[in-house]
Amino acid sequence: MQRSNAGDVTYDDPWYDALASGWGESAAAVALPPARPEPAAAPSAAADIYLEVQRSAAFQEVRRRYRRFVVPGAAAFLLWYVAYVVTATTLPGLMARPVAGAVNAGMLAGLGQFLTTFLLTWAYVRHARLRRDRAALELRWDTQEMARGRGGAS
Amino acid sequence: MTTDHRTTALLLFSAFVAVTLIITTWVSRHRQGSAEEFYAGNRLFSPMENGFAIAGDYMSAASFLGISGLIALVGYDGMLYSVGFLVAWLVVLFLVAELVRNCGRFTLADVVAARMRERPVRIAAGTSSVAVSVLYLVAQMVGAGSLVALLLGGTGEAVQAWTVVGVGALMVIYVSLGGMRATTWIQIVKAVLLLGGTVTLTVLVLLRFHGDVNRLLHTAAERSGHGDAFLAPGLAYGGDWTARFDFISLGLALVLGTAGLPHILSRFYTVPTARAARRSVVWAIGLIGGFYLMTIVLGFGAAALIGPDAVRASHASGNTAVPLLALDLGGGAGTTGGTVLFAVVAAVAFATILAVVAGITLASSASVAHDLYASLRRPGGKPRSEVAVARVAAVGIGVVAIALGLLARDLNVAFLVGLAFAVAASANLPVLLYSLFWRGFTTRGAVWSVYGGLIPAVVLVLLSPVVSGSPDSLFPGVDFQLFPLQNPGLVSVPLGFLAGWLGTVTSTEVPDEARHAETEVRSLTGAGAA
Repeated sequence: MQRSNAGDVTYDDPWYDALASGWGESAAAVALPPARPEPAAAPSAAADIYLEVQRSAAFQEVRRRYRRFVVPGAAAFLLWYVAYVVTATTLPGLMARPVAGAVNAGMLAGLGQFLTTFLLTWAYVRHARLRRDRAALELRWDTQEMARGRGGAS
Repeated sequence: MTTDHRTTALLLFSAFVAVTLIITTWVSRHRQGSAEEFYAGNRLFSPMENGFAIAGDYMSAASFLGISGLIALVGYDGMLYSVGFLVAWLVVLFLVAELVRNCGRFTLADVVAARMRERPVRIAAGTSSVAVSVLYLVAQMVGAGSLVALLLGGTGEAVQAWTVVGVGALMVIYVSLGGMRATTWIQIVKAVLLLGGTVTLTVLVLLRFHGDVNRLLHTAAERSGHGDAFLAPGLAYGGDWTARFDFISLGLALVLGTAGLPHILSRFYTVPTARAARRSVVWAIGLIGGFYLMTIVLGFGAAALIGPDAVRASHASGNTAVPLLALDLGGGAGTTGGTVLFAVVAAVAFATILAVVAGITLASSASVAHDLYASLRRPGGKPRSEVAVARVAAVGIGVVAIALGLLARDLNVAFLVGLAFAVAASANLPVLLYSLFWRGFTTRGAVWSVYGGLIPAVVLVLLSPVVSGSPDSLFPGVDFQLFPLQNPGLVSVPLGFLAGWLGTVTSTEVPDEARHAETEVRSLTGAGAA
């Protein structure tokens, strides 16, 4: 990790290192609270990079793909889980209905929770790998490239 | 228990302690003393290693002993814990793991403080992280205590107390000397041992019933004295509406709590990238899912082979069901097989407790040093190395956990873990999700959401039947019980979210567009990640 504020007296103190470098990157120095004894050297242009990237079509596409998967996905499994818990509590009779041998509806629902968890994990990873990873990585390099060019940092 | 059990178990356990101490010395040979190394092991672990370590951190003695014990006592209702504990990982995988890895450095507060005024947010998030960790530590200490009580045949409170002290001392040694690297390797060794032990017992249970799960369930139901009701929900939580709401409350806390546990969040910082964090979670879900499926078999196995009455006679909350099951599966008391298997299970459970407490202690010492001390120390004071403060903090947390562990000795460990999850879900999760996903979130919102979740959760527990007003309470003699539920999640989690929203809409602060953009871009792309 490198930073541009090497002139700062607190630089060698690991204490300040930890607190002041919440982002661990010099480009972010400008984002720190003014109360902190940081030099105002980093140009505000560095902060604008993130705004610029955030508004770019490429980033919005990555964000859209991420949200379009996790929001319905999370809603679905939370709903299914809450439905399971509430049914088990309020309608134990339904859960006790035998299906085959000692296995009843409640057992199947419980094991179903395990199964859907495994399936959703697989689906999420697949989606992230195929639809998101490459674009996110490119954005990462682009952003860091821009920060380097403009902030004169790292 | 015979002397054989004790000797074998103590030998195995000493061997584990020796191995962990060797690991600790080994990794601290080339120590540089940097914060990066102490809190995050230089971020050099592979996804598989981290996945095992996450599983090791998560599969606590509370799960191994507590959940199986609950299933042995109350049948189906004990399964809720297993389901909740596992489904919770989807919240972590979908909403938290990668984003937190990209945004933060060491703690939960890093993520939130990045786009807020740092000091108040760090103090709030640091406080709630320490609170969650201490509750979770107490649960582990209680597990250690009851295990020793069983091992030594319930002789002498003094021995039990000294064991809790010993566990505390060891965890402080691991953490303060070895930091994240030693802690991680101990977790990995423990995860392998625990899974090995669980697989062995599960196979033995299934062999006993010739692979016939149906017969296993029928036998468990018959032996329980409840018949088929044992296999359906309702035995523990089916009574009045209070009990039912308690069940829902617990379920909510379990599924939302994991993503707010400081020692789980800190594990994502030990891998190099967000992709590696994602892959660690996939490993963890596989291992944890398999483990909880096996605890179900062990729980019903204990009910079928030992019987709930015998389990209850040994420990009122069922924490000793699995060791008793191991004794029986090995051939019964007095046989070599029984002795060895019992000793193995006892030693694995000890190992589990040691590893989990080490992980939690490390995370909470990070919160104390990196968040609280850093924000609260006097500006003119002598600056001290953060890692040195973290080491001292580990000792302090150890002392507190030991004291509380001795006090809460008779509570069921799975239940205590439920409380820790409730506090994590109320105080940590809302602020984390708001910071990552809400553009307009402000400093006041962040602070309110932490305290608005933390204070209700803690106060409701203090006013609940757990602490006073019932024969099973911590203080049975007095009665200041006002809140009917044992688990506060149903009320405190919505309050945490509500407080965060309220704080944000009432604050005059204009949300910083640039810093929100930074959080969002960094969280999704990993640009500039530590």
